[in-house]
Amino acid sequence: MAWTEARDSTASAETATTSGHAGAKSRWLRLEWGLGLVVPIILGIAWELAGAAGLLNSRLMPPPSRIFTTLYDLAVKDQLWLHISVTLSRVASGFGLGVFTGTLLGALAGYSTLVRNLVDPTLQGLRAVPSIAWVPLFILWFGIFEASKVALIAVGVFFPVYLGVVGAFAMVDRKLVEVGRVFRLNSLAIVRRILLPAIFPSYVLALRSGLGLGWMFVVAAELMGASEGLGYLLYDGQQLGKPDQIIAALLTFAVMGKLTDSIIVLATRPFLRWQDTFGSH
Amino acid sequence: MLTLNHLTRTYANGVQALGGIDLAIEQGEIVVVVGGSGCGKSTMLRLVAGLDRPTSGTISLDGATIDQPHPAVGVIFQEPRLLPWLSVADNIGFGLDTLPRAERQERVERALNRIGLPAYGRNWPRELSGGQAQRVAIARALVAQPKVLLLDEPFSALDAFTRASLQDALLSLWSAQMPTLLLVTHDVQEAVTLADRIIVMQPHPGRIFAEIPVKLPRPRDRLSDEFFRIERKVLRALDGSLNLDADKDRSTSSTDPATAAAMWW
Repeated sequence: MAWTEARDSTASAETATTSGHAGAKSRWLRLEWGLGLVVPIILGIAWELAGAAGLLNSRLMPPPSRIFTTLYDLAVKDQLWLHISVTLSRVASGFGLGVFTGTLLGALAGYSTLVRNLVDPTLQGLRAVPSIAWVPLFILWFGIFEASKVALIAVGVFFPVYLGVVGAFAMVDRKLVEVGRVFRLNSLAIVRRILLPAIFPSYVLALRSGLGLGWMFVVAAELMGASEGLGYLLYDGQQLGKPDQIIAALLTFAVMGKLTDSIIVLATRPFLRWQDTFGSH
Repeated sequence: MLTLNHLTRTYANGVQALGGIDLAIEQGEIVVVVGGSGCGKSTMLRLVAGLDRPTSGTISLDGATIDQPHPAVGVIFQEPRLLPWLSVADNIGFGLDTLPRAERQERVERALNRIGLPAYGRNWPRELSGGQAQRVAIARALVAQPKVLLLDEPFSALDAFTRASLQDALLSLWSAQMPTLLLVTHDVQEAVTLADRIIVMQPHPGRIFAEIPVKLPRPRDRLSDEFFRIERKVLRALDGSLNLDADKDRSTSSTDPATAAAMWW
């Protein structure tokens, strides 16, 4: 997906300068976007037809038409928006917390060998604990409501961000840091003017994988006990035997995950235009 | 006046890279250092840049000791080392962040004109050719108006035509600001084109083997007899610097610049 978006940005830059090619360009772009829809549409139609022909057990494999009806009903009658916003705010708080701590510790450990030797072994050890395994402890510590869920999500987000930042610092070209030294930048200025911009592309990737894990852990948290949220819809669908509701919730997850990921991509794109890599052209 | 006093540098593994360098360079002089691999040329330059510390000896600029990067000393590396996330103009202005915005912009503007890239201020470094990028690196060092500019094989990665044009560009920038230039190179023709004085170094440990003054008027004709004569002199010195403890008969057969050049690499 990233490459279509990158290509999109070069195309729109050209649109701004040359008007002649713009029409053809944007038509081609629409075609590219449309191309991504071909596979799901074909699958959906095949599924629908197979259901209508009686080839599928429609109680367990509801056809797309019924899923969309369910989705519509959820949206109109059953407060789908509430479920979405509850889940989204959990992901947002957990993601914020995880990104903040991951970035801070990652930058300290990445910049200072002392800090790295001090904290990295411990953190790597903690990373080996499967994040879900924290749940019982978090429930004892933080209760069964929001705090324990947010904590679990934050743990899930923390590690990819921390690892991404530490790794990116280690990969920064020593020669560029030397340029900073020649211009007599102090440590803080070297971090701000050289190290941080240099790691930014990897940082964005770390944020995106962190966000992915955030969505993963919100489901884990909500499956284990929640009265609202998309994960609760999944659980409720299983308890009451409503596969259409489960699939409707899955679709919502797909859309929300993709949407939030696109927000990161779009928000950071202006700061990455300098890149000279295979993916950026 | 840039003074190097009994400068030595021994690496942690015991290898002595520099074995006592004494050198005094007048303000505005162009000194070019040539020598075979491992003779400590780059080591010496890094010491003067303040990027590394000497094991013993001192470096001083107009009486002030240099033991860390100094505001009056600019450095140009073999690679342009532009920051890829900054525009060309921001790269040039990188060391000027303490100046007011207007003055910074004006200096950057002027520098872009001087290096012949007036329209490239808003481009990304990736959009530049190798020669253009190195011009920008030169501008970045010169806008800070250093008294001393250190250049570590600055043109070695460029093709012959680009190299010649950058040498000319460097000379014209030099004549505008008259900084002291201390340049390290592998290229004897480059040394004779640029230098007021050529320092030939010898390895194990790095020392000064010979000093060859170049008293040709500028601009220099790279095809004149005088130019060739000095080029041969430098090559002969290089050859001598590498053959001190080897059998001597080789140096007699190496008066031809081409064979000599082939040997001292």
